[in-house]
Amino acid sequence: MRGLRESLTELIRRTSAEIPDDVQRGILHGLEQEKEGTIAKSALEIIEKNIELARRKSQPLCQDTGSILFYVDCPVGLNQVEFEAEAREAVLAATKLGYLRQNSVDSITGKNDGTNLGPGSPNMHFHQHSTDEINVRLMLKGGGCENVGAQFSLPNTALKANRDLDGCRKVILEAVHQAQGKGCGPGILGVCIGGDRASGYEFSKREFLRKLDDRNPDPKLDELEQDILKTANELGIGPMGFGGKTTLLGVKIGAANRVPASYFVSISYMCWAFRRHGASLAQDGTISDWLY
Amino acid sequence: MTHHLTSPISEEAIRGLKVGDQVLISGVVFTGRDAVHKYLHEGGELPDGVNLEGGIIYHCGPVVLKDENGEWKVVAAGPTTSIREEPYQGGIMKQFGLRGVIGKGGMADKTLAACKDHGAVYLHAIGGAAQVLAECIVRVRDVYMLEEFGSPEAIWELEVHEFPAVVTMDSHGESLHKDVHAMSEEALADRR
Ligand code: SF4
Repeated sequence: MRGLRESLTELIRRTSAEIPDDVQRGILHGLEQEKEGTIAKSALEIIEKNIELARRKSQPLCQDTGSILFYVDCPVGLNQVEFEAEAREAVLAATKLGYLRQNSVDSITGKNDGTNLGPGSPNMHFHQHSTDEINVRLMLKGGGCENVGAQFSLPNTALKANRDLDGCRKVILEAVHQAQGKGCGPGILGVCIGGDRASGYEFSKREFLRKLDDRNPDPKLDELEQDILKTANELGIGPMGFGGKTTLLGVKIGAANRVPASYFVSISYMCWAFRRHGASLAQDGTISDWLY
Repeated sequence: MTHHLTSPISEEAIRGLKVGDQVLISGVVFTGRDAVHKYLHEGGELPDGVNLEGGIIYHCGPVVLKDENGEWKVVAAGPTTSIREEPYQGGIMKQFGLRGVIGKGGMADKTLAACKDHGAVYLHAIGGAAQVLAECIVRVRDVYMLEEFGSPEAIWELEVHEFPAVVTMDSHGESLHKDVHAMSEEALADRR
């Protein structure tokens, strides 16, 4: 896989500088919804301008280039040790080239060695499948939006949220309300119903790998997604919390089994600077196709 | 309504601003985040050359590089979350004569009260718009306390041209953040 390092570096560049088409369409749609002359409209115009500028200059969309999360679907024979080593080299190269900010801090000493490498950085998720394809996806998730993620344990008496989909709806809308003004909205929600505390958040982030305009194959979850999107956009929170119609660009909900005693709803919030891309790799590691 | 603000700013100009007004800021702004606010709050003196009278503090940890000619160049400069400075901001505003604070996410009652008393506003920049905002920074005039605080926390003296922001807390006691919060709370109650 001689081309791998170069491909992963390019994946990082593209993810950092170029917002995916599905997300940009969402922002353009928001722009159309907001009234002329409002601060919501002008906030979205600045965001749209920023998107174009970052793409043209091939520079980070936002200065917080985020946590580096790789998701790799690969055949059984792939050498994951080697793959991870190449991913680390690509992160180092991308940092030197300025596609990534020096953004990773030792949690105990507070030191930033400027490499973006360390325990959990980059974060690798491998998943083996039985075809020959190698698909690698990357998400860069900033701190401001990560900070407003929330996990609820149902039932929640204060919110009158029971262990059912209506209870889920209540806590998810509560999280949207709490996040206002923080996390650089308009936002996108990734939600997992069920799981344990760790897998709940893990699965909630995976929902961001779905395209923004896809529909959930499960009719119940699809209904919940559409309902929350519509309701959240009626709350008047708007871009940056300035007031307006565009509070959320999308809602993606999945479910994981739980033990009978637990009922978690884990909510990850993604800012408008939704950076994720993906590529299919040929056997020599070169990029054969883009996924978004 | 869009206003042009050029620093240093008079109290009169500030009193004429209302929540929801858009502003384009030109002139000099000084960056300051956690380390600077804590230092000033604990009685630290402003370094020579920094004058905040009628001025603006920008909550920002910019990415700044030196170009081939040894000149500083701002590569990315979006706002950081302001609420962390809430314990210090009001006092610093009054002590040093600040007329404006740029940041994101808004601030709380103590700062709002100081804005009213002293005549200052909170200016919300667009979070994440690193490239657009960096383009509005025409020159890095100087940097202070770089050794002590490190690059993101240092005081950068930036010359800006038509830097866009929105007044979300004014000098009449109004806060857009409070208003939107209350309104959305009500809307949510109807839809629970
Ligand atoms: S929340 Fe997103 S857009 Fe806002 S500063 Fe963080 S990474 Fe950038």
